[in-house]
Amino acid sequence: MNAELRQQLEAKAREIRKSIVRMTGAAGSGHPGGSLSAADIVTVLYFHELRLKPEEPDWDGRDRFVLSKGHAAPVLYAALAEKGYFPKEELLTLRKLGSRLQGHPDLKSLPGVEMSTGSLGQGLAVANGMALAGKLDNKDYRVYALLGDGECQEGMVWEAAMAAAHYRLDNLAAFVDHNGLQIDGPVTEVMSPEPLTDKWKAFGWHVLSIDGHDLKQILSAIEEAKKTKGRPTVIIAKTVKGKGVSFMEDQVGWHGVAPKPEQVTQALAELE
Amino acid sequence: MTKIATRDAYGKALVRLGEINKDVVVLDADLAGSTKTAKFRDKYPERFFNMGIAEQNLIGTAAGLALSGKIPFASTFAIFATGRAFEQIRNSVAYPNLNVKIAATHAGLTVGEDGASHQALEDIAVMRAVPNMTVIVPADGVETEQAVFAAAGHQGPVYLRLGRPGVPVIYGEDYRFEIGKANLLRPGKQVGLVAAGIMVSIALEAAEALQAEGIDAAVLNMSTIKPLDEEAVIQLAKTTGALVTAEEHNILGGLGSAVAEVVAEHCPVPVLRVGVEDVFGQSGTPGELLAEYGLTKEKIVEKAKEAIARKSL
Ligand SMILES: Cc1ncc(C[n+]2csc(CCOP(=O)(O)OP(=O)(O)O)c2C)c(N)n1
Ligand SMILES: [Mg+2]
Repeated sequence: MNAELRQQLEAKAREIRKSIVRMTGAAGSGHPGGSLSAADIVTVLYFHELRLKPEEPDWDGRDRFVLSKGHAAPVLYAALAEKGYFPKEELLTLRKLGSRLQGHPDLKSLPGVEMSTGSLGQGLAVANGMALAGKLDNKDYRVYALLGDGECQEGMVWEAAMAAAHYRLDNLAAFVDHNGLQIDGPVTEVMSPEPLTDKWKAFGWHVLSIDGHDLKQILSAIEEAKKTKGRPTVIIAKTVKGKGVSFMEDQVGWHGVAPKPEQVTQALAELE
Repeated sequence: MTKIATRDAYGKALVRLGEINKDVVVLDADLAGSTKTAKFRDKYPERFFNMGIAEQNLIGTAAGLALSGKIPFASTFAIFATGRAFEQIRNSVAYPNLNVKIAATHAGLTVGEDGASHQALEDIAVMRAVPNMTVIVPADGVETEQAVFAAAGHQGPVYLRLGRPGVPVIYGEDYRFEIGKANLLRPGKQVGLVAAGIMVSIALEAAEALQAEGIDAAVLNMSTIKPLDEEAVIQLAKTTGALVTAEEHNILGGLGSAVAEVVAEHCPVPVLRVGVEDVFGQSGTPGELLAEYGLTKEKIVEKAKEAIARKSL
């Protein structure tokens, strides 16, 4: 990754983080913690990797991204707005009556949203379906899914994991946003999903472990996934929940609480 | 008027129940703070099990605990309890008729800003369709606390439907809830309003508004939706000749359907249903959503007049 690209992506990631803070602040509710932890992964995907045509959201050759941890909708909306799918001002309508920016992504209302999510555990299976269709139709699009580490407690995640390996879905890659926290506490205390790496390996996946805030590592992991044939790749990304906003970082309480106006101001200042 | 969320009353009641009955155990699925089972967790950590984000396992584990003499209360949001774990509830709880209490919070539109994916509007319908299941939708905090104790005292599966925001307290401490018994909150001769959950206090307001227009409306709190108090429904249908039902649920399959089934079989009179008209919800504040989807005093008044007009047809 050259310096120019890194700077570009860093700037995008900052913009996305600022949007997350602004929009949850304006909404007065929502999930900043898990949105911020995923910001760098989403940035690399949307501003470097995914082949998309924002002016033609339904273009059938596009790469697909399924936000399985749908409560992180703000990070997706921020990226889509930045990408030009809709005006950035609209971000401030998040969670308001009549808004296209529903509390959890609604594919019917907002262009660029590939799947309606919000009920945890369901996204990977849907991504599998997209990947299977791609193979069936000889299309070269790739499918990405983003899961939470708490989400990995859902049985359906492992049903889908088994199926993706069984059907050798090498056109699919999953990210696990491994921020170590869920709602009721640290994932290892609530219901440990560890050892995550060994589990995914045992399910037949190619497993990569990276620092989920290191843009270069994210980028190389995606490259390696693309080169991996015959099986799907999972990228276990070690992240910090609330990353980028000092008072939110690694705080379980910032899972589903919006910043107050003065906290928005402080957070935006930190992100400058 | 004092407002208490039924989920708060549930959390409080669980702690009291846990003190009296050592067989009571509580399970949650990473939402203990929201469902208010955290209160029980903090008091009796050894009798609390967080199952993580795994609702099917939550229900299955509760079934095993019930088979071993415990009285499990399993909690999560209504959509995940009755949606994700529906078949576990049917086949591992209701079919073997196990003593599992499913206490689900954040039911209905008043979930608010989380939007449609989190707003259970079909849970009453599916729970009602399962044999052996008792379905309770308390109207306020007082009734909730009593329903928790009644559920614990009842042998067999119970679905307790609870909400997120505060709702007006309509009952005094002398009120006695009984499973399967509707409560006539207000007598009336011209039209009967049959409501459940948060719609009970709104139906009371509607009855006041109707009174101001010279229309005498009865209000019946149908807090047990199954087994339905058929006697009370038939009685009300006979004395008023027209019914309006009100529920925070799809009008298909819920309270309105249950009432209409009884009325159609025993004493046909007009029954009009107020509820969500077979659409998904969306993000918004609870108040905005109730207004947007017609779960209002005004709507009940309008339907009451329409029901009365239909009597003479
Ligand atoms: C099936 C289901 N159960 C429960 C919830 C409620 N819920 C929303 S977010 C969350 C915690 C998610 O934790 P994690 O997957 O680790 O997400 P992150 O830390 O990345 O925000 C829960 C339990 C849900 N959305 N879906
Ligand atoms: Mg997490």
